[in-house]
Amino acid sequence: MKMTRKEFLKLTGAGLVLVFGGQELAALDRMAQAPGPNGAKPQRRKQWAMIVDTRKCAKDRGCTSCMEACDWAHNIPDIPDNAHQIKWVWNEPVDKVFNDYDVRYMEESQRTEPIPVMCNHCDSPPCVRVCPTGATWKRPEDGIVMMDWHRCIGCRYCMAACPYGARSFNWVDPRPYIKKLNPDFPTRTKGVVEKCCFCDERLAVGKAPACVEACPEKAMMFGDVNDPKSEIREVLAKNYVLRRRPELGTGPNIYYLI
Amino acid sequence: MFLFEKALVGSRRYKIWVGALLAYITLAFVVYLYQLNQGLGITGMSRNVSWGLYIGQFTFLVGVAASAVMVVLPYYLHNRKEFGRMTILGESLAVAAVTMCLMFIMIDMGKPMRALNVLLYPQFHSIMFWDMVSLGGYLILNAVITVNALHAEQQDLPLPRWLMPIILLSIPWAISIHTVTGFLYAGLPGRLSWRTAIMAPRFLASAFAAGPALLILLSLLLRKLTRYDVGKRAINGLAVIVTYAMVINTFFILMEFFTAMYSRVPGLTEDFQDIYLGQLVHTSLLPWGRTSLVLMAAALIMLLIPKIRRNERTLAIACGLVFLSLWIDKGFCMVVGGFIPSPLGTITRYVPTLPEIAITVGVWAVGALMITVFYKIALAVNAGEEEPAHAPIAEVAHSVTAIGSAAQASSTSLHPGLMPSGPDGRGAAGKDEQSWHR
Amino acid sequence: MREKLWIYGGLLLFLVGVTFPVWRDAITHATTQPPALEMPANQKQCVAPTDYMLTSHMKLLMDWRTSAVRDNNWKYTSFNGKVYQKRFSGTCLQCHSKAKFCDRCHTYVGARTPYCWNCHVDPALVKGATP
Repeated sequence: MKMTRKEFLKLTGAGLVLVFGGQELAALDRMAQAPGPNGAKPQRRKQWAMIVDTRKCAKDRGCTSCMEACDWAHNIPDIPDNAHQIKWVWNEPVDKVFNDYDVRYMEESQRTEPIPVMCNHCDSPPCVRVCPTGATWKRPEDGIVMMDWHRCIGCRYCMAACPYGARSFNWVDPRPYIKKLNPDFPTRTKGVVEKCCFCDERLAVGKAPACVEACPEKAMMFGDVNDPKSEIREVLAKNYVLRRRPELGTGPNIYYLI
Repeated sequence: MFLFEKALVGSRRYKIWVGALLAYITLAFVVYLYQLNQGLGITGMSRNVSWGLYIGQFTFLVGVAASAVMVVLPYYLHNRKEFGRMTILGESLAVAAVTMCLMFIMIDMGKPMRALNVLLYPQFHSIMFWDMVSLGGYLILNAVITVNALHAEQQDLPLPRWLMPIILLSIPWAISIHTVTGFLYAGLPGRLSWRTAIMAPRFLASAFAAGPALLILLSLLLRKLTRYDVGKRAINGLAVIVTYAMVINTFFILMEFFTAMYSRVPGLTEDFQDIYLGQLVHTSLLPWGRTSLVLMAAALIMLLIPKIRRNERTLAIACGLVFLSLWIDKGFCMVVGGFIPSPLGTITRYVPTLPEIAITVGVWAVGALMITVFYKIALAVNAGEEEPAHAPIAEVAHSVTAIGSAAQASSTSLHPGLMPSGPDGRGAAGKDEQSWHR
Repeated sequence: MREKLWIYGGLLLFLVGVTFPVWRDAITHATTQPPALEMPANQKQCVAPTDYMLTSHMKLLMDWRTSAVRDNNWKYTSFNGKVYQKRFSGTCLQCHSKAKFCDRCHTYVGARTPYCWNCHVDPALVKGATP
């Protein structure tokens, strides 16, 4: 039995309609395209965001739970050569993360306090703007800045464009440097760029990002910042928070409680 | 291939030169295969300095390609006849330079086999897409112009009418390629040393100094090796262009310097400190930046003194200094400087590795080979055109097209160096090739 | 005469060259028997009819890849109404073994090992390797 793609799709489509009465199809349709003139109710766009409570984080200096959880979940290699390292979430001292803010007279221990940094999943991501192939894009439904490692040509323009140093390039084959392989997540191949994806694979099955879940101090809070009733918005309403280099207009979605 | 057979014959010297280039290109290709196999980790680039020599060379060569406009424009728009012999050299230099640009882009890619994704999934918001469009278009324009100009010269016909609009289009197009390349850098929010509105103008100024300087050097070399003389007036005219461009380029650098150092905004001053002043930390850029500045100043002074500029020997030295200083400034310091310090304030040393340099030189070797072959063809066509001047009547009558060129050759005895002295056309060609030995 | 020798000799050489794969297989006793592919024990039906999978599995994988990664559409409803997760390791490789299914057939038809494996992991191998 030979089948063209069209026939196959028709057949699967027919099966789909039969079983789910078209609900699934309609849902897919809604997801795939922005609300059009067909009278569909426009869905409120989500924007996943994170608050890092540095006071809670500081309780255990040198803690790397979030990084370890992420490294295992995403098969991130441990490459000894600094130049070739891959980082999704990692610790940086406060005075480097906020080098635009005045921390000159802050106590040494506080100034060098390591806090986690990662991709900011910007509102207006420069990396997405510059990517020549669409290998990185801002997901319309929830604002995650995604990566398609099948599409990336490794030109590294996004790395030059990112004002946060959140992107890593696979200078070498990462496989030999992965301590423990997680078969549920692909590794990467040499020659592509990668970064934090806000655990889109976990969000898809209703789980919080791995780092949020792993933090022993519950210093990371994750939620939809576009939902005025969300927990994350409550915290943002009541506290003074910092974002990295907000003057650039990228609109980072990682907030730091100082 | 069009006229390619003319590149296959030549003197011993020509063959040794081409053979050596081919041998080195093969070697560099093997090194590239090694890079393809191992990944870009064999280069000196890193997580913090993620572009290096390759993209620097690309940027510099876009300038060289664009600079062809500096001979095309006076020749076609202002009817400056003295640039006539220079134009074909400039246009074919542009073809070679754009080809080298594309090669540098390819070797810098982590996944070159996926390069077509740029065309399969075009992203109109990406400057890189527009850079590809402008560079590709410029390559096609110049290839068409060069081939047809050579054809016309060979047949001794005027340029076809339809070619004129294409030539005129190539002028703004040349400006566009370097403007878009400037936008590649100037449009990034986080890299303060690149994010300057005079990035593209500065690129153009340095390009119009470095490119014509190279063209002068090539013309002088060509006369020494082959007796093909572009004419003193063309060289002098081009030297004036180099001087003006160099002055404007220096002016732009000083503008940047003022804005950074007087405002004292750290993000702006850091770049100057890394590259030229070395107040913060000694980076690997410092010696290069300083060398570049010194050479630039020396070149500028030499060019500004008419006596030195008009003497071909000293002009050659000045042009060499212009080329070298801008090559260091643009092909290395400008790109690498943008990555220092990193967004998290880290100063990362970047030193190109041996394989990286070997591959880079390999691309330059391809460029040198292209220039050699192009100029060989252009010279052969040119020599062929003037053959019948001393040819026996019978041979002249043999070829219809030759009659016209005979008339032209006898009327334009401006370039005595090119007048063949052999008894027939073949002898003249032989004479021309022999001069490679001298 | 000499020309004839060259012509027929050349022709013979050409024929030998062209039929080389046949010779080689005859000498190395290569078999034309299809390889014994290890079929999953726990499943009777793949996500699409066997005929379709035989000819177009790469097409299906590419479609899955694009719609899952780029359109955030992870559910796949098969022709018989069963819903699957569009996951290579999580769905395909739960039934099929790389070595005993994919590789065997790819080797048999002389298809180059696809680059899927540069990134995607055969879960069977990992379970064996890690304690």
